[in-house]
Amino acid sequence: MFEAILVMALGAVVLGAALGYAAVRFRVEGDPLVEKIDAILPQTQCGQCGFPGCKPYAQAIAKGEAEINQCPPGGDEGIHKLADLLGREFKSLSAEHGIEKPKSVAVIDEQSCIGCTLCIQACPVDAIVGAAKQMHTIVAPLCTGCELCLPPCPVDCISMQPIGESVETWKWKYPVFKINPAKREAA
Amino acid sequence: MNNSPYFLKPASVQSVMLRVLVALLPGIAAYVWFFGAAVLVQIALASVTALAAEAVMLRLRDKPVMLFLSDGSALVTAWLIALTFPPIVPWWLTVIGVLTAIVVAKHLYGGLGQNPFNPAMVGFALMIVAYPSLMSQWPAAGFTDFVPQWNAIFGSRELDAITMATPLDALRTALHTADARATVAGVLGSNATFGNVGGKGWEWVAAGYFLGGLYLLQQRIITWHMPVAFLATLFVISGGFSFYDASRFAGPGFQLFTGGAMLAAFFIVTDPVSGCTTPRGKLIFAAGIALLTWIIRTFGAYPDGIAFAVLLMNIATPLIDMYTQPPVFGHKIKGEDS
Amino acid sequence: MTALQRLFKFNGGVKPAYNKEASTGLPIAVAPTPTLLVIPLHQSIGGMPRPLVTAGERVLKGQRIGGADGNVSSAVHASTSGTVVAVEMRLMPHASGLSALCVMIEPDGRDEWIPRQPFDFRSATPTQTRDYLRDAGVVGLGGAVFPTYLKLNPGKQGKLDTLVLNGAECEPFITCDDVLMRERAATILKGVVIMREILSAGQVLIGIEDNKPEAVAAMEIAARAANQAAGDSAIGVVSVPTRYPAGGAKQLIRVLTGIEVPHGKRSTDYGVQCFNVGTAYAVYEAIALGQPLISRIVTVAGNVTQARNYEVLFGTPMRDLVALCGPLADSDRVIMGGPMMGLLMPDDSVPVVKATNCVLVGSKKLFPPPPPEMPCIRCGECAKACPADLQPFEMYWFSRAKIFGKAQEYNLFDCIECGCCAYVCPSHIPLVDYYRFAKSEIWAREIEKEAADVARERYEFRLLREEREKQEKAAKLAAKTAAGREKAAAAIAEAAKPAATPEEDAKKALIAAALERAKAQKELVHPGNVSDLTPEQQAEVAAIEARRAEIREMAKPHLRQDD
Repeated sequence: MFEAILVMALGAVVLGAALGYAAVRFRVEGDPLVEKIDAILPQTQCGQCGFPGCKPYAQAIAKGEAEINQCPPGGDEGIHKLADLLGREFKSLSAEHGIEKPKSVAVIDEQSCIGCTLCIQACPVDAIVGAAKQMHTIVAPLCTGCELCLPPCPVDCISMQPIGESVETWKWKYPVFKINPAKREAA
Repeated sequence: MNNSPYFLKPASVQSVMLRVLVALLPGIAAYVWFFGAAVLVQIALASVTALAAEAVMLRLRDKPVMLFLSDGSALVTAWLIALTFPPIVPWWLTVIGVLTAIVVAKHLYGGLGQNPFNPAMVGFALMIVAYPSLMSQWPAAGFTDFVPQWNAIFGSRELDAITMATPLDALRTALHTADARATVAGVLGSNATFGNVGGKGWEWVAAGYFLGGLYLLQQRIITWHMPVAFLATLFVISGGFSFYDASRFAGPGFQLFTGGAMLAAFFIVTDPVSGCTTPRGKLIFAAGIALLTWIIRTFGAYPDGIAFAVLLMNIATPLIDMYTQPPVFGHKIKGEDS
Repeated sequence: MTALQRLFKFNGGVKPAYNKEASTGLPIAVAPTPTLLVIPLHQSIGGMPRPLVTAGERVLKGQRIGGADGNVSSAVHASTSGTVVAVEMRLMPHASGLSALCVMIEPDGRDEWIPRQPFDFRSATPTQTRDYLRDAGVVGLGGAVFPTYLKLNPGKQGKLDTLVLNGAECEPFITCDDVLMRERAATILKGVVIMREILSAGQVLIGIEDNKPEAVAAMEIAARAANQAAGDSAIGVVSVPTRYPAGGAKQLIRVLTGIEVPHGKRSTDYGVQCFNVGTAYAVYEAIALGQPLISRIVTVAGNVTQARNYEVLFGTPMRDLVALCGPLADSDRVIMGGPMMGLLMPDDSVPVVKATNCVLVGSKKLFPPPPPEMPCIRCGECAKACPADLQPFEMYWFSRAKIFGKAQEYNLFDCIECGCCAYVCPSHIPLVDYYRFAKSEIWAREIEKEAADVARERYEFRLLREEREKQEKAAKLAAKTAAGREKAAAAIAEAAKPAATPEEDAKKALIAAALERAKAQKELVHPGNVSDLTPEQQAEVAAIEARRAEIREMAKPHLRQDD
């Protein structure tokens, strides 16, 4: 009886010491979770989630202050990845935050641009070049398609153009299953 | 329209499975010659049950029934069950065994190609655990009268006249009894069951399976890795222990030519779905089965341990495969090949 | 010299029916110039060349119409003299069935060359030689169309042990390299001598599959002559065992030298470089004759009455070529390349390009639709057939389940898409389709990820900049107040006010004027991705916009707090 208690106590002490040592020795610095969530987010910086950028949204998710289904540009795939990372249940995109649109870039109609610089100030990734009273243009490869430049434009000269498929960006499709399930109605 | 390649080698799952069935024929012929036609009844029974179960399951799973039914995989499972069960077990035992294999071990795991365990061995293991006595009544060699066998399968079980312990069973029983004087040589020499190598009749059945196995190798349906690793391991370990104490441990000839060893080496261990696929993995997998088989045969509670050995190694399959990935082209260490 | 060569083996490979005799019976013929040439600007790996001509312009044969753009790119030339009728999007000879920019030339029938000048590569610097070859549009003609100038670089050591010339041509039906070697061996060898000099290569091994004895014989005679002229025995012709894909660059290098070049590594790092025999021919024409790459040998085979090899101008529609060979009535598709790796063309109107080694006419009888796909039984046939020593069924498993990371762990990108695995699969699984799918998904994701990283960086930089600007402004203000304490604060305010006001007024007026102008155009300008929406969606979008405006307001104080 006494030996058993002693053995158990000794085991507890040894294991506890090992765990304590591991906690100190392998301590993880910083908050990798925010980084990981941020890596999944599309970095559109569009604010549709209700936060001023992707990073603040990531921080809010990590703190449990935000749902994982508030990012329309990330779409269902992004939500799936967040669900996998956080071990949460998948939720379909919250409608109040928006719908998933095809990836687009903003295009300035250079005929009607008046050079007011308002869009330049709105762009979260500095993808618009121009100066006061000079025509502005969008550096398409840098544009995230956040649409934040649309509302400030006083002349509505910015439009969103969906990015089409080209020979370079074309993707091979998922192979079609040759066997279709035998339809009971047909059988 | 499909993408490249636009023409394919004329190969199919069906032709693979049919050739496996053909390869079983010499062993079955020897089986019938020494132990009577009962095994044919069991094969027919198992085949019909397997096809029916397969058809129902495919229907339930919304798969094209005829396409999958004709792939022959259910027949291979059925034949292996019929060949590993004693030929005179009652009909319902075979039926339950086959149903277990097809419904539980195969389709509940996702059907052809998805089962982690060898279906035939699941059927066998479950039946030998559930009905140990029925599963160890084997016909005596040379007693090939069909009527009593038929009766044993379908009717009254007046079995004493026709049954006899298998060589493995007899040996195990003798060596495990308290009689300290029992030796391998003593048992093998005194008992009428035993033939020249592995038991009367059984050695010829094993030889038949060996012949079929060579056919499978020639047809490139199986590779040499598994049979060689299995038989070599069994040979080495039984040879080693027999050399150490010949009175306690049976020699390699007996181990290889008795029980299901030969059938396992070429037909059971080599099941591609549940086994390892890398060349080194195949060697480890088959050697592991041989080792476990020998341990169970020698120290375990069951006379033949192949089914349990196979299932245990099935569990380890993904792990073995993961650690035995062959080097990819160009990834080999420099200077390794010359 | 053949006998002494020690050969190595690559694992895997298959032996499909070769069907090569049909197109080797007749000599190479020159395909007639079509009525309209459609020359895609993008014909090689790398950047899309810039168009150098406009509609209405007259071009000469060999005139550059597309200039190389970027580090990896290759020029494109007019295949004959004529008039540019348009520079527009046309259907590409590509599996996607998409269009890309093409130059349409109406030939004038005069076939008038640009002035041709041989290039003196011996007195040119290596960079000049490579620029010349880039502008001559020379690319690998084995099918991969990698710009040749990039490969004609001996690498760090400045010299190469072995130059491998690929005449293996392992794909069934294709014989363009075979007939080229039979008929123009001496010219190929002249090209080889030039390449050897540029690369400072020690030895040259010309690998030819042993099912082409005529080509081997012709090349041996030419090689002997070249060796005699050079006074050494550096060039050897090696007959290699016939086994698909022995003509894969990596596989041939392995067979001839025993060296395995891993995926993603330059073969020059291993002292070896490999070129197609057709490429050597093109190098000779470009350097010794001053002729850019404007045509190639194309095998037309398959479901035709008379298969044959033609010398074809780039831009010739495949339909015209097929018509020369008498397609059978049941022909239902055109494939660019061979039956193992070829691409299904969206249409037979697509032009012949630099990558077109074969125009294969197909039918249901010749290439029957594959039997129904069965589940994988892990039989390992694919792994036995894989020339890259991969585990195709594992890659299939993960590609199918879209677990791309795992597929990559099983070295998906080492796959050369040779089709051996799908060819032997008893379950008739279109394995290569799964790999193509997984690869292009992974690429797309990587591009997306890169774009996201750039966006993150730029966003963070912007926050940093805003913060800095604010601090600078505050500092300036503080300095100003300190300096102006002696002066009258009111005077400053008054001095500043009139300066700002007129500017603001002007701005407001401008905005008002612009608003007027914009109103007229407003119909035309609306976000492209919110057109054609249902009323519900429109309401949703409006609601979102409103909320986002709110958020922007919220975001401002939030950002300040973060400061």
